[in-house]
Amino acid sequence: MRPFQYMRPDGLGHAGQLLGDGARPIAGGTNLLDLMKLEVEVPDRLVDLNRLPLGGIEPTDNGGMRIGALVTNSACAADPRIRRNYPVLARAILAGATFQLRNMATTGGNLCQRTRCYYFYNIDQPCNKREPGTGCGAIGGHNRIHAILGASDSCIATYPGDMAVALSALDATVEIERPDGTSRQVPVREFHRLPGDTPQLDNVLEPGEVITAVILPPPAGGRQLYRKVRDRASYAFALVSVAAVVRMDGDTIGSAALAFGALAHKPWHDPRVEQLLAGQAPSDALFHQAADLLLQDAEGQGENDFKIPLTRRTLLAVLREATGGAA
Amino acid sequence: MQLTINGTAHEITGDPRTSLLDFLRHDCGLTGTKKGCDHGQCGACTVLVNGQRVNSCLTLAIMQDGHEVTTIEGIGTPDAMDPLQAAFVKHDGYQCGYCTPGQICSAKGMLAEAANGWASFVSEDLDGKVELSAEEIRERMSGNLCRCGAYSNIVDAITEAMSTQTAGAE
Repeated sequence: MRPFQYMRPDGLGHAGQLLGDGARPIAGGTNLLDLMKLEVEVPDRLVDLNRLPLGGIEPTDNGGMRIGALVTNSACAADPRIRRNYPVLARAILAGATFQLRNMATTGGNLCQRTRCYYFYNIDQPCNKREPGTGCGAIGGHNRIHAILGASDSCIATYPGDMAVALSALDATVEIERPDGTSRQVPVREFHRLPGDTPQLDNVLEPGEVITAVILPPPAGGRQLYRKVRDRASYAFALVSVAAVVRMDGDTIGSAALAFGALAHKPWHDPRVEQLLAGQAPSDALFHQAADLLLQDAEGQGENDFKIPLTRRTLLAVLREATGGAA
Repeated sequence: MQLTINGTAHEITGDPRTSLLDFLRHDCGLTGTKKGCDHGQCGACTVLVNGQRVNSCLTLAIMQDGHEVTTIEGIGTPDAMDPLQAAFVKHDGYQCGYCTPGQICSAKGMLAEAANGWASFVSEDLDGKVELSAEEIRERMSGNLCRCGAYSNIVDAITEAMSTQTAGAE
C-alpha cells in the first residue's frame, strides 16, 4: 500500500475542504482498503468520516425514513422499521457480502463501491476506469460478469452492489453536502452514471462532496422481493438481480417498481417496463413482453451472453411470485 | 491514540497504513488472529470490535482508536475455554486449525447477532425469532472459509455450544 496522510475532519465543512485532489473519504473501508492494497486506489490522503455525526435512522416529515450515511449495512437491515416497511431493502442488504463485512460497510460507502471487473482490479491490465486512455481489457477478453445494458466502447463494467438496486426500486434519494455547506438531493436512479467515454466517474459526486444520508419515500407496501442469482449460494456478487415492489389492484397490477443489478454500470431502471405492466392482468405473456422491452437493446460480450436469457427468467420468476403465482 | 484489546490498553503508533490485523499480530504480539487472504474473503482475521465481528484486515488500526477489540486470546484460555472452544475440540471443528480463531470469533459474533433478532439471507421471516438451524449457521458463517473442509463439524460444534449456552442461561 502506498503511503498516505490520515486525517479526521472536525465537521462536514472541514471534510469538504480536506477532500481535494488525490484525497478519498473512508468510512467502513471494506472496499477502499482492499483496492489500496492492490494499488488500484492510490490516494495521498484518507479523510476518515467515522467521527462525523452521520449516523441514525430517523422518520422524515412526510412519513419516509432518513438513513444516515454512516449507518452500517447490518444496522440498516436489522432496523425493525426497515424490515417491516421496506423489506426489499433489508433483503437486498442481507443478500450481499457477509455479516463481518456488513458490520463494517456503511450506507454511503456501499453506494460508492467500485466495480468488480477483473481488469479494473489488475493493475497490469488496461482499464479506462482505473487509468483513462489505456483501453478496456474486458471487451474481447474475459467478461462473464460484465454489462449487457448501457455499456460503451470505453467500459463494460457493472455496478456490483445489491443495496442500491433495492434503493432504485424504492425510488430513494441521496442527500449530499457540498463543500460550501449547502446540500443537494439526487435520486438514487440518477446517482450512478453510465460509462460513456468517462468511465472513471462511477457516480455524480463532485470533488469535496460528501454523502450525508439516503432518504426513503413513505412505505410503498405491496409485495417486495429481491431475487439474486449468483455462482454460489452465499457470499458472491450477483450475475443478475431483481428488486421488485409490486402492488396489486384486485386482479390487475396496480404498479410495479423494478430495478436490476449486475446488468449495467448502474442499477438498471427502465420506466417503460413499469408502464407496460401497470393496469394489466398478470400473465406469462405479459411478463415476456416486459422482458422483451427491458432487453430490447441488450448486447452480450461473449462470455456474458447467458445474462440475457437469465435476466428474462429471473424477471419472470419475480413477477410470478409478486403477482401471486399467475401462470 | 489507543485501543483496548482484551481489556488492556494499547497505544497506536507507527505507520497509519497498519491494518488492525497487522497491529494485533506485529505490534501487540497477539498472533492468535490469523492472516489468510488479507482481502476480506476468508475470514481468518475475524475479531470482535465493540462486540461485533469484523474482518481485521480491512480496517486500519488508527480508525479503531478508542474502540474495544476482542481477539481469540480474550475469548478463552486452554485452562478456561469458552463453550465454543470446548465444542470445537469435542467435534473436531478443524483440521489444520488455521481458520479456527476466526471461526470462533465469528461464531461468537453470530450468537450475539441472533440473540438480537438479526435475520439472515435465508430467514423466512425478517421479523421472527431467530432459530439457528444448520442452514442458518451455514449462511451466517459463510464469511469464514475452511480449506480443510471441516464445515460439518464446525456446524455441529456451534450447534452444541449454542445449546450449552441456552441451557446455562435458563
